[in-house]
Amino acid sequence: MSETTRNTLYFAIVAGLILGTGFLQSWNSALFILNMGLISAIMALGVNLQWGFAGLFNVGIMGFVALGGLATALVAMPPIPEAWSAGGVRLLAGLALLVMSIVSTVLAYKRMEAGKLRTLAMLAILTIGFFAFRAVFDGGVEAVEAINPANAGNIGGLGLPVLIAWPVGGLLAAGAAWLIGKTALGLRSDYLAIATLGIAEIIIAVMKNEDWMARGVKNVIGLPRPVPYEIDLQNSASFVEKASNLGIDPVTASTLWVKTLYAGLFAIVLLVLFLMAQAALKSPWGRMMRAIRDNEDASEAMGKDVTRRHLQVFILGSAICGIAGAMITTLDGQLTPTSYQPLRFTFLVWVMVIVGGSGNNLGAVLGGFVIWFFWVQVEPMGQVLLTVLTSGMAEGSALKAHLMDSAAHMRLLTMGLILLLVLRFSPRGLIPEK
Amino acid sequence: MDLLNAFVALANFVLIPATAYGAQLALGALGVTLIYGILRFSNFAHGDTMAFGAMVTVLFTWWFQSMGISFGPLPTALLALPFGILGCITLVLFTDRVVYKFYREQKAKPVIYVIVSMGVMFIMNGLVRFIIGPDDQRFADGERFIVSVREFKAMTGLKEGLAIKTTQGITVVTAVVVVAVLFWFLKRTRTGKSMRAYSDNEDLALLSGINPERVVMYTWMIVATLATIAGVLYGLDKTFKPFVYFQLLLPIFASAIVGGLGNPLGAIAGGFVIAFSEVTITYAWKKVLVYAMPESLEPNGLVQLLSTDYKFAVSFVILLIVLLFKPTGLFKGQSV
Repeated sequence: MSETTRNTLYFAIVAGLILGTGFLQSWNSALFILNMGLISAIMALGVNLQWGFAGLFNVGIMGFVALGGLATALVAMPPIPEAWSAGGVRLLAGLALLVMSIVSTVLAYKRMEAGKLRTLAMLAILTIGFFAFRAVFDGGVEAVEAINPANAGNIGGLGLPVLIAWPVGGLLAAGAAWLIGKTALGLRSDYLAIATLGIAEIIIAVMKNEDWMARGVKNVIGLPRPVPYEIDLQNSASFVEKASNLGIDPVTASTLWVKTLYAGLFAIVLLVLFLMAQAALKSPWGRMMRAIRDNEDASEAMGKDVTRRHLQVFILGSAICGIAGAMITTLDGQLTPTSYQPLRFTFLVWVMVIVGGSGNNLGAVLGGFVIWFFWVQVEPMGQVLLTVLTSGMAEGSALKAHLMDSAAHMRLLTMGLILLLVLRFSPRGLIPEK
Repeated sequence: MDLLNAFVALANFVLIPATAYGAQLALGALGVTLIYGILRFSNFAHGDTMAFGAMVTVLFTWWFQSMGISFGPLPTALLALPFGILGCITLVLFTDRVVYKFYREQKAKPVIYVIVSMGVMFIMNGLVRFIIGPDDQRFADGERFIVSVREFKAMTGLKEGLAIKTTQGITVVTAVVVVAVLFWFLKRTRTGKSMRAYSDNEDLALLSGINPERVVMYTWMIVATLATIAGVLYGLDKTFKPFVYFQLLLPIFASAIVGGLGNPLGAIAGGFVIAFSEVTITYAWKKVLVYAMPESLEPNGLVQLLSTDYKFAVSFVILLIVLLFKPTGLFKGQSV
């Protein structure tokens, strides 16, 4: 079987699985799987850029995805003028003070001669800067959070179209990636993993606690959409007529149509990013990245700046994760910081890349779809499996009840197992690197 | 001004909790650092190894409690601890046999080990949640305090109270004993010496006839013991909840790196550095300052540098600073 037929077959199977869901369960869940599958494929592309191209191990995907989500709230929500007039200036001034003190610390480090004096100066700048920041900033936070706390209590957003949030999400993620990459790259490979693990936890902590920014755990709901609302479609005469011509009731038709529109948007983004990633892989740049991955010392001897290239690819990959994060939040229509779980947003993406085939963009896309499909369908399967396993046990036995309750945790076990098995027995994945 | 009361408040809210937390982190970081020294990778599954050992201990504790066995004023968990350690050693050795051994024979790159350890982490995490559930579990019993606030006030007549929880006392005593035994083992016994030799220079160690598989096995056994003890102490002192152990991974790694990965002494120092920074930066200093400052200067606010929700940010920032300026750690660790 040639490579092309094999790959076509793989994607045909995935399409068949999704269509099967449509015929057997409902078209709404099939479209849901398709939509999230498209986004998962984008995340997998980003991680493949880091791992497959460059061999960088990023355990903080969740954090970059969450930053994309934050961008959606900050860009697309309408601004809240009362909050801005109450504390906006103080917030901005506080943040400016913080940035200034960090910049002057860096300057002191670069400009002054090494020694006790420099250390003292840096400490002094940081301490004074921090207290000044808190003095200005805290008042602003209080003022903003006091404005209509039940519905708002935050600064709102910029009121721009939500599609603009997607690239902005990528930019935010790229900024965080720059910070991490600058410190942890160039050292042992484990350090990047640990640093990314940390930044992800902290981004989530900030999003949960800074209520003035995006309402923290009170969640931002009702984000604007790039597609029409179902209720508007149901009220539009022409849409109802078209739906009845097709023989679908207008309510189902409207949900299906909205999801299809989303699928179209996501497919465009995926296609553009995929083509870019393919072009990058085939360009001299891509060959250089793989050369660096395979032998850092030799590439360095050839005059390649390994750390800089690593930083570059790390930022690019994280930015793609940020874009995907903004897309997820747009699809959900709400920002819920508590929904960011490392299992779901970091680990699952890793399984996608490794199962799909690290180093191969097509493989990453395939992995995104396949693993997402199983992720959605494993829980009902696990329920069925446990029902079968426990069918011999007495009704009402404590063990049976416990096992049935634990079905939800099957996902952790299954995904961990899949990862270990693939790494051990088929480390090149479904579609291996050429 | 009342410096005595200020000191008592400081001891009660900062020094004692930070010491206990530091001891727990140090034990965790010792495990990470030993794995790094001998097997040469950062073990992401360490937090969940701690959770697994603690879970076995919790189950045995409940069993003992249901049979009416108790340890007098001390928590029953101490009686169950050896069983927890045995359970954890079994799991860890099994994991090494079916998972890590293959990659050792392949001489895989460190980053592959890290990914594999992440897979192990999720399996262990799933196992723990599957067996005991994702919720908080209580298993502490026995006397709650060595010194309670009321007793202390009656004894000294001071306005501020000082409490030492039994679990804090046990944590510190156990940690000291464990560390003493560990260092004796590493410095004095034949196996310990072969472990250090293997860690320092693998090739020379192999040349002198040290059996690497034996070294690896002993390392895992010691690591499982340390992880279980650290997990149980943390669970007794705070609470047993599977997800919390995953989150402990960050401060534990930070401790190990601050001290210098692969250096046991550094791991202990790092644990205390991280614990004290975390507690002092997230503590609301008002109570201490009210006593320590003249009345005219008393603060109005809480004087809390960062809210407690950001305690992980503290270990993270320390980690970044160490990586930027001294990537080998305070005590010279292994290569960068």
